[in-house]
Amino acid sequence: MAVVIDDEMIDYVGILAKLSLNEEERERAKHDMTEMLDYIDKLSELDTDNVEPMSHLSESVNVFREDVITNPDYHEETLSNAPERNEDYLVVPKTI
Amino acid sequence: MRDYETVIGLEVHVELATKTKIFCGCSTKFGVKPNVNTCPVCTGMPGALPVLNKQVVDYAIAVGLATNCDITRDCKFDRKNYFYPDNPQNYQISQLYLPICRNGHVEIETKDGKKDVRIHEIHMEEDAGKLVHDEWEDTSNVDFNRSGVPLIEIVSEPDMRSAEEVIAYLDKLRMTIAYLGASDCKLQEGSMRADVNLSVREKGSDKFGTRTEMKNLNSFKAIARAIEGERARQIDLIEEGKEVVQETRHWDDVKESSYAMRSKEDAKDYRYFPDPDLATIHISEEWIENIRANQPEMAPEKKKRYMEEFGLPEYDADILTLEKKMADMFEATTAICNKPKKVSNWLMVETMRLLKEQSMDAADIRFSPENLAKLIELADKGTINSSVAKEVFEVMFNDNIDPEAYVEEKGLATVSDTGELDAIIKKVIEENPKSVEDYKAGKKKAIGFLVGQTMKATQGKAAPNVVNQILTKYLDEA
Repeated sequence: MAVVIDDEMIDYVGILAKLSLNEEERERAKHDMTEMLDYIDKLSELDTDNVEPMSHLSESVNVFREDVITNPDYHEETLSNAPERNEDYLVVPKTI
Repeated sequence: MRDYETVIGLEVHVELATKTKIFCGCSTKFGVKPNVNTCPVCTGMPGALPVLNKQVVDYAIAVGLATNCDITRDCKFDRKNYFYPDNPQNYQISQLYLPICRNGHVEIETKDGKKDVRIHEIHMEEDAGKLVHDEWEDTSNVDFNRSGVPLIEIVSEPDMRSAEEVIAYLDKLRMTIAYLGASDCKLQEGSMRADVNLSVREKGSDKFGTRTEMKNLNSFKAIARAIEGERARQIDLIEEGKEVVQETRHWDDVKESSYAMRSKEDAKDYRYFPDPDLATIHISEEWIENIRANQPEMAPEKKKRYMEEFGLPEYDADILTLEKKMADMFEATTAICNKPKKVSNWLMVETMRLLKEQSMDAADIRFSPENLAKLIELADKGTINSSVAKEVFEVMFNDNIDPEAYVEEKGLATVSDTGELDAIIKKVIEENPKSVEDYKAGKKKAIGFLVGQTMKATQGKAAPNVVNQILTKYLDEA
């Protein structure tokens, strides 16, 4: 029943998370993820027949803001977080 | 060759006309410097918390009601996870499990008649930033002004069978949404974007073929060409015994061909999960009824009312209600001058002509109803003649000038001072004895030449019928 974390799965998760792992890191990740899944499996041993399913972490409903501009020009602050800038743009490696 | 049928479904993204972004108080204004409209929320800074703009929900419900959808009473947002530099959070906040609207339909009309196109769902989501590729460096520039601008995505069922139906459907959506004021829906400017899902199958078959998704379609013409191109490409593959691969393709409208977008890294595994930072949404019956009660009058009702209330011909009513802006202009101008048919004529003839000439949409109209009403009054009272009125209209169309002030300033008013006109006419008669003789000899048409000469001498400012009267009087007396 448990999902088996094999090499193929670790490679796939690595691609999705944009991580490149060496041999040792891969083994460790495999071990950690297997443990996590085993823990989740343990939960399914509990009797939840009378527990209402939870649809969302937060219990608050309908939290809105009005459509009013509250933020000033923030480009200097935003750009101060960029590793590199070109005038008012953030610069990233070429992406098509 | 076998007989094939094209099966098309559309994913249409529409940028909503809110003042602020979907989850933060940044402006959505266009044409400003890069990254001016940004904050920690829409640039995905750790710890920043999104709060939903209520207007987005109101617009989504309004569009859902206008397209006959069921409104999902309890809905929420989900995270769609992927890496791309235009997506600073590394996830897009969207709705997968409980989209706000479902099971709708709109009626379209083509030369083959009317039919319904079903709407599978409409969901709310945020737009991404914009990447500008540097031609000289091996880099891309990122502008997050658009990041977090609210979108709705309208997903149709695969109910369309031709480019003509697709365009009729898009037109219907565009008109409906523009009427609601929920978006200006400009394909060219990207406030409306359509992705085309297309497959082919042998006619009569009830099984769907493998579909592809076509992106980068920026005009109705590009959509029509892409549909023809992709239909032909898939049929060729099938006829050659090859298989159509399910993939996303990028349409190049200049080359009139498409290419597959990268697929290896593009593993479609978005690992959606409910966004824990956003509260769930409960939409009450009261909320829905409130929006329903405030829905504006849509095109079909407007058309009917124009015919009944203003006595316009069906043809006029049809054209005037095609675009919300045109209908608004008509109503506002008529409210001022109370000359519906004249307003209709100016809008249908001269306005449409200039819009077409300058490749503009009705939404781009710059002149005010007040100024159009003034122009109609000037022409009606005979202050200016009809050819001057057209000239003034063109200046007004371009620069929204005040026609009264303009006519005054340029001295364009009809020469109504009979003394002045008398003098000019006498001179014309003197200078053209041949035409006067012809007229007297019974060639009544010769008067046309004399009217023309008089008009020329007054630089077109005289009223031709008045000139005609005075001329006739003098010629008959002489």
